[in-house]
Amino acid sequence: MTALSKSWERAVVPLFILAAWEVFSRSGFLPAALLPAPSVVLHTWGDWIFGFDETSQGNTGRWLADALSSATRVAAGYGIAVVSGVLLGIAIGWWRWVERTVEPTLQMLRPVPPVSWIPLAIIWFGIANKPAIFLVFLGAFFPILMNTIHGVKTADRNLIRAASMMGATEQQLLRHVVFPAALPSIFAGLRIGIGAAWMLTVTAEMVAVKSGLGYVLWDSYYFLRYDLVLAAMASIGLLGYATDALIKVLMSAALHWQHGSTLQSREG
Amino acid sequence: MASIELRNITKIFRDAKRKRDLLAIDDVSLSVEKNEFLCLLGSSGCGKSTLLNMIAGFEKPTEGSVTVGGKPVDGPGADRGMVFQQANLMPWLPVWENVAFHLRLKGWRKADRRDAAQEYIDMVGLRGFENHFPAELSGGMSQRVGIARALLLNPQVILMDEPFAALDAQTKMDMQEELVAIWQKQRCTVVFVTHSVDEALVLGTRVAVMTSRPGRIRELIALDLPRPRDTTGPRFNDHKRHILNLIREEGLQQRQAAVA
Ligand SMILES: Nc1ncnc2c1ncn2[C@@H]1O[C@H](COP(=O)(O)OP(=O)(O)OP(=O)(O)O)[C@@H](O)[C@H]1O
Ligand SMILES: [Mg+2]
Repeated sequence: MTALSKSWERAVVPLFILAAWEVFSRSGFLPAALLPAPSVVLHTWGDWIFGFDETSQGNTGRWLADALSSATRVAAGYGIAVVSGVLLGIAIGWWRWVERTVEPTLQMLRPVPPVSWIPLAIIWFGIANKPAIFLVFLGAFFPILMNTIHGVKTADRNLIRAASMMGATEQQLLRHVVFPAALPSIFAGLRIGIGAAWMLTVTAEMVAVKSGLGYVLWDSYYFLRYDLVLAAMASIGLLGYATDALIKVLMSAALHWQHGSTLQSREG
Repeated sequence: MASIELRNITKIFRDAKRKRDLLAIDDVSLSVEKNEFLCLLGSSGCGKSTLLNMIAGFEKPTEGSVTVGGKPVDGPGADRGMVFQQANLMPWLPVWENVAFHLRLKGWRKADRRDAAQEYIDMVGLRGFENHFPAELSGGMSQRVGIARALLLNPQVILMDEPFAALDAQTKMDMQEELVAIWQKQRCTVVFVTHSVDEALVLGTRVAVMTSRPGRIRELIALDLPRPRDTTGPRFNDHKRHILNLIREEGLQQRQAAVA
């Protein structure tokens, strides 16, 4: 009962907005094409997914393919960013000489917004998956890297002492102490990174790729199909939300030991 | 053969930021015999932890040499178990994994680690808490996990840095009794840092009273009191009076030095 009334509470504001929007769009105050009503968007979206009446024209029934091609780019770029960001972050956080030699260069590259790499990415990789994957990597890499470095550097020195008292080699220290100690911080980086990854996939698809949700979004804009634009926006939002939720599940499984010891664990 | 041998140890902490060097330990020589229970007693900041850390291998003496079992110390190792002032447990591992951490490093299989840990968990009275995480333990329980972890190394030397300082009187007494029982059973050498005169007198076979900074050994006192120690007996109190006098003198000298 309480759970039900809680989810009802959460739904009130979105439902109200949708209803107001529906009424406003149908009132004829603006041309219907400029702000399609939610029901219209839903209809188009349904056709895009299931292909029942070709309201979404050339895109009819192609949603899954579009979503998959975006998701693949996110997965590839993000995967590379996670592996390289975590490994490099641990190395920079642990070894002073790596920090001295590598970090200044990375710090110079970091303020350059990933989107400003688009021209070079197109020149280097052409118009296809690769520039998008490259951009996704750039966007996710830095938050993961910075958070990993932070996690390693703030690892409790006393735990390292305790482990070396038990005869841990340097490699074992990294694997059995530093990495798990940095994990909460690494996960914070992973969550920021996944947001950046979706943002950059969509950006890349608008400019440098001819498939995916971002491409449909931009293409529909050219054809004045704002219902499709909205459906694409909603699709991207949903997928972004789903991947973040997935990371959250992984996080609470990996960090279950924090349960009861942090403020965060109160959320339940 | 002495188990631990400190020869003319001097430790200077170089303070680059304040451009000032701090003489923490000044020419300390000390040898600890096998099976001895040595208590290092001294006021806060006199260099007890520093001395212990040098035996553990976390710090290097500026001058002098440390040998354990005849071998010079050049880093931490599993032959010297340490129990820290804070328990320093891996918060992501349950109690039994913390106790058996050493075996995890040695690549033992999970079931074997679990079995090996159980013996020591029972020894420190934590049966039933094997799967608890450190965040779910009280301070005294965490400290006991730290002790079990050091014991599992089966080291010749156990180093303890005020492990009971944060405990209430009752728990402290229980733990002291347990510790003595374990030490008698395992026949290891213990160096135990404390700033409590009573604790030193309850536990030690010998007490090394340190001066305030820079740390030196002021006096070595052998205790041949029967166990369990009677904390109200006349000989216990003679020792206590004597040590308290030493400490009082130290405090007086330090205050005079501060005024001058
Ligand atoms: N890593 C360090 N760098 C600089 N100075 C240090 C360092 N460790 C200890 N000191 C200094 O050395 C002196 C002795 O410190 P130590 O920690 O050994 O004292 P202690 O006897 O263990 O005191 P307490 O009973 O409060 O734990 C102190 O004055 C401290 O400031
Ligand atoms: Mg200390």
